[in-house]
Amino acid sequence: MLKIRNYIKVKSIAEAYELNQKKTACILGGMVWLKMGNRNISTAIDLSGLGLDTIQETEEEFIIGCMTSLRTLETNQALHEFSHGAVKESLRHIVGVQFRNCATVGGSIYGRYGFSDVLTMLLALDTWAEFYEGGKIPLSEFVNMKKNRDVLVNIRIRKTPVFCSYRSQRNSETDFPVLACAASLLGEETRTVIGARPGRAMIVGDPLGILKNFREMTNKQRAAAIASYAEYAADHVPTGSNMRASAEYRTMLVKVLVRRTWEAVGGMKNEY
Amino acid sequence: MNINFWLNGVCINCEAEPDMILLDLLREKGCYSVKRGCETSNCGLCTVLMDGTPVLSCSILAVRAEGHKITTLEGMQKEAEEFGSFLADEGADQCGFCNPGFLMNVFAMLQELKDPSEEDILEYLAGNLCRCTGFAGQTRSILKFLQYKKEQKEADNA
Amino acid sequence: MKYVNQPVRKSDSMALVTGKPVYTDDISPKDCLIVKILRSPYANAWIEEIRTGTAQQTSGIACVYTYKDVPQKRFTLAGQTYPEFSPYDRLILDRHLRFVGDAVAIVAGETEAAVDKALKRIKVKYRVEEPVLDIHTAKDNAVLVHPEENWEAKVSFVGADNKRNLCASGKEEKGDVDEVLSRCKYTVDRVYHTKANQQAMMETFRSYCYIDHFGRLNVVSATQIPFHVRRILGTALDIPSSKVRVIKPRIGGGFGAKQTAVSDVYPAFVTWMTKKPSKLIYSRYESQICSSPRHEMEIRVRAGADENGIIRALDVYSLSNTGAYGEHGPTTVGLSGHKSIALYRHTEAYRFSYDVVYTNVQAAGAYRGYGATQGIYAVESAVNELAAEMGMDPVTVREKNMPVEGGPIPGYGDCGDIAPSCAMDRCMERAKEMMDWDAKYPCRDMGNGKVRGVGVAMAMQGSSIGGVDVGGADLKLNEDGSYTLGLGCSDMGTGCDTILAQMAADCLNTPMENIVVFGVDTDISPYDSGSYASATTYTTGNAVIQACDSLIEKIRTLGAQMLNVAPEETEFDGEAVTAGEKKVSLKEIAIKGTCGNSQELQVTRTFSSPLSPPPFMVGMAEVEIDRETGSTRVVDYVAVVDCGTPVNPNLARVQTEGGIAQGIGMALYEDVQYSPKGAVRNNSFMQYKIPSRMDIGSIRVDFRSSYEKSGPFGAKSIGELVIDTPCPAIMNAIYNASGVRIRELPATPEKIAMGILENEMKVQN
Repeated sequence: MLKIRNYIKVKSIAEAYELNQKKTACILGGMVWLKMGNRNISTAIDLSGLGLDTIQETEEEFIIGCMTSLRTLETNQALHEFSHGAVKESLRHIVGVQFRNCATVGGSIYGRYGFSDVLTMLLALDTWAEFYEGGKIPLSEFVNMKKNRDVLVNIRIRKTPVFCSYRSQRNSETDFPVLACAASLLGEETRTVIGARPGRAMIVGDPLGILKNFREMTNKQRAAAIASYAEYAADHVPTGSNMRASAEYRTMLVKVLVRRTWEAVGGMKNEY
Repeated sequence: MNINFWLNGVCINCEAEPDMILLDLLREKGCYSVKRGCETSNCGLCTVLMDGTPVLSCSILAVRAEGHKITTLEGMQKEAEEFGSFLADEGADQCGFCNPGFLMNVFAMLQELKDPSEEDILEYLAGNLCRCTGFAGQTRSILKFLQYKKEQKEADNA
Repeated sequence: MKYVNQPVRKSDSMALVTGKPVYTDDISPKDCLIVKILRSPYANAWIEEIRTGTAQQTSGIACVYTYKDVPQKRFTLAGQTYPEFSPYDRLILDRHLRFVGDAVAIVAGETEAAVDKALKRIKVKYRVEEPVLDIHTAKDNAVLVHPEENWEAKVSFVGADNKRNLCASGKEEKGDVDEVLSRCKYTVDRVYHTKANQQAMMETFRSYCYIDHFGRLNVVSATQIPFHVRRILGTALDIPSSKVRVIKPRIGGGFGAKQTAVSDVYPAFVTWMTKKPSKLIYSRYESQICSSPRHEMEIRVRAGADENGIIRALDVYSLSNTGAYGEHGPTTVGLSGHKSIALYRHTEAYRFSYDVVYTNVQAAGAYRGYGATQGIYAVESAVNELAAEMGMDPVTVREKNMPVEGGPIPGYGDCGDIAPSCAMDRCMERAKEMMDWDAKYPCRDMGNGKVRGVGVAMAMQGSSIGGVDVGGADLKLNEDGSYTLGLGCSDMGTGCDTILAQMAADCLNTPMENIVVFGVDTDISPYDSGSYASATTYTTGNAVIQACDSLIEKIRTLGAQMLNVAPEETEFDGEAVTAGEKKVSLKEIAIKGTCGNSQELQVTRTFSSPLSPPPFMVGMAEVEIDRETGSTRVVDYVAVVDCGTPVNPNLARVQTEGGIAQGIGMALYEDVQYSPKGAVRNNSFMQYKIPSRMDIGSIRVDFRSSYEKSGPFGAKSIGELVIDTPCPAIMNAIYNASGVRIRELPATPEKIAMGILENEMKVQN
């Protein structure tokens, strides 16, 4: 059972940072994961009094407070439109509405869980993690950083024009994904993210430039490029086995989901 | 720690350990409708409303209720009887253990979604497990209730 | 008839839907000691040394018990009529730990925190031994799960032998199967593997206990078997059962899980020893790792048909995994043959043989279907494969071979091998029509790489254990003219308290509101075996009818006395006893019953049937498969049921829908998996996913009723039957859609996608 000695609802991020320097301290997110563990927490730090539970939209970006619930993220209309429905698709399978009302964006991102749909999705956008001490770091960098004792304050999604698509394969509708895939045309960049490999989400990369100039391609060219890139991804994304599926099956899914998400991004087919 | 919150419209002042879970506090305060069906936030049996939003009381520290309005089925008896009658008329109450959490989330859904489709309903309530009914009877009861409410409203307007 | 066959609301509905405190933990005393169990981290180990000193000294701890403290007489936790078929192979705590999660020590204390602390302070030295984890090598393995000398099989003919890791073994046959098979034009020989599943009722195992003013042990338990729990606790605690009283409040589902006294012994022992009230609420974790899941079975089926598609021979061998203890092991395996072979009426020969083996995993138990689910999956799948061999529509094969009223049900056992009532033909006809089978069989390409296929299966179950199960009803007329119906069966949400009152109301010609239902308290309720084996509607229903008839006799007799006429001259219409012009009202008779009266207006009737008339059904599934990912969704399920007269059509429908949904879970993803060291991997609802409402497509239910003469108002059972068709029907639909045969459950997307890929490779090569 989770044990907590002190609970402090902080008045500022600075206070949270200060308290969090102790190894046995812990910043609370939505508690849906934390409460399952057997941790002994000396000081539980609650950020819920700092108004960090909303999404602000500016000309340049969406600023998502770390305490924003997954449900708030899912139901944000502007973000929904901006992501062509991908953000909602990445969230709606996560357990249930009540769960998503509790779980926070900050908790989901900070934990960098292997099964995370949210992390997979946000990696496909121009997303930055904003820390109290470390400042703004591209999410793609943060995802591979070592854990430290900094405080995640906001998630910022820059409004770089994007076409994107999100798909996941699950054994049942509200289960963890067996594989998750997000594809995006981010300005001129093509980005493909695979999550639940079952390891942590990763950006696949396109060193051969298979998808280069995707925007300018004809549908026929796109189809050929997508097929070839799907093969590339299947060859290069490390997958593993767990009780939900084998590495072999996951690799097969990489190919299928990469193709399907890119077909959707290319506006060619989106009916699976 | 000393906390103050509203429980079913009544202001409560009480002591709670920092690691006390809201679910346990609510049962301690006599709200026995709040059930625990798992320890992993998956079953939805412990659903209560926090300032009108459906949340899992198994995943919330009691101290985090400070200053919030918590509603359990004990505080919605009239609504429970009204919708519950539809559930009972389908024979879909069954063992009843999941009913309170299910009803709380149905109430939240009715507040949040206007004119939900069957698909919307299934998605909104997906976090409420039930092992007895196979869900079909629950869905029938909701659709019939929505129809009844619509007719009631039309009658009022006319 | 006013109530029977009407969709009346459950009598307890409004309390349930408004969240009233009616379940075990809601009504437990606040000063209960909290009981928890220290569990074995090893699949096979012996306690070399166990030190509890510091645990006992922990503040707030009332007691810590180890194997040294408990009675040394073995018992079974299976809820069965004495003498139980399940072996006596348990102690409350044992030095020998037989699975990961087996009980090492019991701790009770004032708060959960104190108990948790004490649990950590118990120091155990284990001698770890090699576990038996493979069902194929369990029989006659050098490692014995139960090497102890005081292991005992109460019933010798089940073929149990602890020195061979056998919980049961046997063979039943008619004719020469091998000879008939050799003459068959078409034959199949296949092996099917079903996995352990958790019943996953929403309320976990739980009970609380206290000592009353007579010094007796009172146990309030979420159980399906109050009277068996009374006996089991007497045996386990080595005290007379007369010292034990069991009360069942509302319970949050059972599905057979609570037909085993999974957790009652621990708080019972604590309270008996300390004389203090105590309670044990199993966590979901415990309900996943040390409870009573479905028996894993591997079933080999050989089936043969002649040139006309008539099935001439069936040979079924079931290898069942009972786990570390033998609860329901010898009996569940029986149904895997009895309810499957009997579906085919033309067999000249059949053979059913079985081994039930002990292994070092959590003990299996009773789960809705009780072995029939496993056997029917295997035999129905084999028949579907046989149909494919013959190039015959699987519906046609069944139409040629299905059970008919008055016709043979080979090897069934409990009905003289004849179906007393049966509407399987009408069920099939209706299901075909509802599914539009002829248009949809075998499959349709939906575009986008998606394909839909349909599949079919039949099923049968029983209605009680013939010649064993006992139903009881106690009926009395109260002073105000109302009735009290005392029951010993166990409503677990299914609504038996309601449907039995419906029957009584019709018999007594009175409004249901005029009948108070009471149950269950072993001190007061009439004896009833409990709610399992699809027995309650049929068995207790008959007891209720008989009780009503007898009470009416008594009402007429007293009424006749008041009217000064002979009882034979009177009639009773529910409101008054009349004799020609003379009339005395029920209320007057009721009052007379309380004043200067020496004739009891109360009866108890007990009923047991030598028969177990089978209910029948047809299930048809339509699945949609994504050929690239293997994702499979049951988009439509049609179930047509012959449960005799549906006493309450609403409740019968919901039973069916619920059973189908559980069956869909079993078919597609529910699978209790173990690590190489024998630990359960699906130890939570996060890792063991039961269907959510997004996973279930449409389930459409209809009834085609035969009239069962031996049943109350023509009724048979429904509770278990309804979980039997999804596995074979869905596997058949998957095959028809994709060409992939799934012979090991569950049919995960991976198995289907890989199967499709394999088939494509074969074609290419």
